[in-house]
Amino acid sequence: MLGGFVILLGCQLIGELLVRSLDLPFPSPVVGMILLLIGLMIYGEVPEGLRVVAEGLLRHLSLLFVPAGVGLMVHFKLIQADWLSIALALLISSVLTIVIAALVMGRMMSKDGEGKHGSAD
Amino acid sequence: MDRLTDLWLYLAASPLLWLTLTLIVFMFALWLNRLAKGSPLLHPVLVSMAIIISILTLTGISYNQYFEGAQFVHFLLGPATVALAVPLYDHLAKVREIMALLLVTCVSGALVAAMSAAGVALLMGSMPETVMSIMPKSVTSPIAMGISEKIGGYPSLTSGLVLITGTLGCFVAPPLFRLMNIEDHKIRGFVLGVSSHGIGTALAFEISALAGAFAGLAIGMTGVVSAILIPLMARMLS
Repeated sequence: MLGGFVILLGCQLIGELLVRSLDLPFPSPVVGMILLLIGLMIYGEVPEGLRVVAEGLLRHLSLLFVPAGVGLMVHFKLIQADWLSIALALLISSVLTIVIAALVMGRMMSKDGEGKHGSAD
Repeated sequence: MDRLTDLWLYLAASPLLWLTLTLIVFMFALWLNRLAKGSPLLHPVLVSMAIIISILTLTGISYNQYFEGAQFVHFLLGPATVALAVPLYDHLAKVREIMALLLVTCVSGALVAAMSAAGVALLMGSMPETVMSIMPKSVTSPIAMGISEKIGGYPSLTSGLVLITGTLGCFVAPPLFRLMNIEDHKIRGFVLGVSSHGIGTALAFEISALAGAFAGLAIGMTGVVSAILIPLMARMLS
């Protein structure tokens, strides 16, 4: 289990080093995630210790958002000034994203699966 | 009375109180959400934020003081993001055959999400920091906050907007799916993950396990694709 945590931190650390030294535009945990994914593909399976830690962290993922979410209180003035545009932007964008992603995927799947198509109920 | 004040001053300055408060409030919010049968309106994160913000405002504690304690929870977001590679790897074999299709869907979804949100905010005359904070709103929080920081938004504002977006998606997606005659659970799940990350994934798991697996995959893919595309788009905007 300790080993699993070291793997996660190690990937994040290497990610951090890569982002800093190459001035990459991505957040370093994302680079760490890609590194770990490549590592797992090479290794061929998920080590038990890593799975325990990873699944433990992901099970409580939503808790980890709380401290940053409370930071909204610092932005009350900004939200007060821009609340209508924020609300509209989120609503319109959510509808557009869902409609377009569903259209794209639906079209491609029905073209892909003429014959072998089976609906998943 | 004086001793009580002293005690309060001592506790308020220690990280222990704010760390413990964060955990207790979250456990209460989880319990409340179960009581409400998982309603997205009472999402545990939204409820926890509301309760903690109220407590801090009432007691006059600054966010910085609170964060002294809460940072220990916050720090785990980094390793948790790296850990997303594990479910991604688990589903990799299952989805390899339709990988190209998923990638196209994910890229178009991520582009539409960021551009439409930024477009509306710009048209409405939002401040640049607001626009940058809105762009990653369909991405799972740990990655969204990283992107926001990178492009000059406020990560904490972004994380709030991400949560609100997730909740919104759970409201608008089911009627939209019905309107568009989308029956396939793979599509329903993946689209929920693309537009509403973890909160959409929770809803997808209520549709079926298949929908949930595809939603989980979409979180990771959208995160990576957005981490590449949004900083490029932000550079073009500014």
